[in-house]
Amino acid sequence: MIRVVLPAHLKTLAHVTGEVAIEVTGDGPVTQRRVLDAIEARYPMLLGTIRDRHSGKRRPFVRFYACEEDLSNESPDAPLPERVTRGEEPFIVLGAMAGG
Amino acid sequence: MSGVRVLVGTRKGAFVLTSDGRRGDWTVEGPHFGGWEIYHLAGSPADPNRIYASQSGGWFGQLIQRSDDGGKTWNTVGNDFAYAGDVGDHLWYDGTPRPWEFKRIWHIEPSHDDPDTVYAGAEDAALYRSTDGGQKWTELTGLRTHPTGASWQPGAGGLCLHTIILDPAHQGRIYTAISAAGAFRSDDGGDSWLPINKGLRSGEIPDQDAEVGHCVHHITQHPSRPDTLFMQKHWDVMRSDDAGATWREVSGNLPSDFGFPIAVHAHEPETIYVVPIKSDSEHYPPEGKLRVYRSRTGGDEWEPLTTGLPQANCYVNVLRDAMAVDTLDPCGIYFGTSGGQVYHSADGGDTWAPIVRDLPPVLSVEAQVLP
Repeated sequence: MIRVVLPAHLKTLAHVTGEVAIEVTGDGPVTQRRVLDAIEARYPMLLGTIRDRHSGKRRPFVRFYACEEDLSNESPDAPLPERVTRGEEPFIVLGAMAGG
Repeated sequence: MSGVRVLVGTRKGAFVLTSDGRRGDWTVEGPHFGGWEIYHLAGSPADPNRIYASQSGGWFGQLIQRSDDGGKTWNTVGNDFAYAGDVGDHLWYDGTPRPWEFKRIWHIEPSHDDPDTVYAGAEDAALYRSTDGGQKWTELTGLRTHPTGASWQPGAGGLCLHTIILDPAHQGRIYTAISAAGAFRSDDGGDSWLPINKGLRSGEIPDQDAEVGHCVHHITQHPSRPDTLFMQKHWDVMRSDDAGATWREVSGNLPSDFGFPIAVHAHEPETIYVVPIKSDSEHYPPEGKLRVYRSRTGGDEWEPLTTGLPQANCYVNVLRDAMAVDTLDPCGIYFGTSGGQVYHSADGGDTWAPIVRDLPPVLSVEAQVLP
């Protein structure tokens, strides 16, 4: 299972509290794209809130962190860190700080 | 006794204000969707408990929420607002072409007779329709792909489709307004569109007779006079008596030529309301006095309505979708301000009182009468 931390607004939308545990099925490495596909399949109300529904691109003020690294600009098809795939560390989706 | 439900969209959530038909004591409920911008909520005329809300934000994009129980509970419905076909360009502020890009839904307009049929106006300007209660949205492409579309430029607030009027008398007739392209009419259910901007005078465009490019802020219509339209635009209040084919100015003695909302009395089709605002950059009431102006003559002659409204040191704005009327007798008038106040009058505008004073900045107000 992959542990996913959603930002507060998206937890409210998805009617969840705390971390979400997602199973990524199929062969091949666990990637950002496959985790987000699984999140959106289980919580369809999140379609379009994390990434654009058509281009698939991350929304500008959304960031992805894991294992103390910013993975936001990694390829969506790059394998996630092993500690995420083993469920030892969460994949964190967050709304970027945007202030002045 | 009948009741009233007022749906308020704000910069930080939605609020539902309810009262009985006397409209003296109010209950304020919310925020729903706290922290999100709620550009508009609208109830179905066919089923008042069916309410749609446009929920958006800079971080997580656009959602549409639907309630089937009068706003007590909500569920997300579809948010796939795609531009159909070859997307093409419109003009950017600097005059260069720019691809159409969806940003948000400004306005929701449920149909008169089917709770599942609903229209939505988008920024960048496009008109969408759903016939399944908001699950699936289809663009009515005839508007955006009108031959003038490539020349549309955004107003200061964006290239937004902010007004949708579904004509109750002429089957298939729809009016829309876009900042800053102007007003448009379809007579075939949204397939094809005609710019209806003849007679509008817009101070800062070079060709006063331009087919498009007029800064229309809002349009309203009384259902008993479907060919008469009232318009608040960036410059002047206008009326048309021929379904938008021609317009004439009815600003009369108003203290400014600027404002955003315009509303028509529920039972008096020649009684209209505006809130004059100082143009261009101030965007607050002249002299610091919050005055609703009423005309009982369909324009030209206006009277200030001040009883119960702040008449000193008031510098709020009232946005285009932030004024509404109810259909009780006497007619109720409601408006919300950028300062978070929602004012109402239960006597056609003669006297006013705040329902609530300290909401987030108000983006929209709609009133429903409940059985």
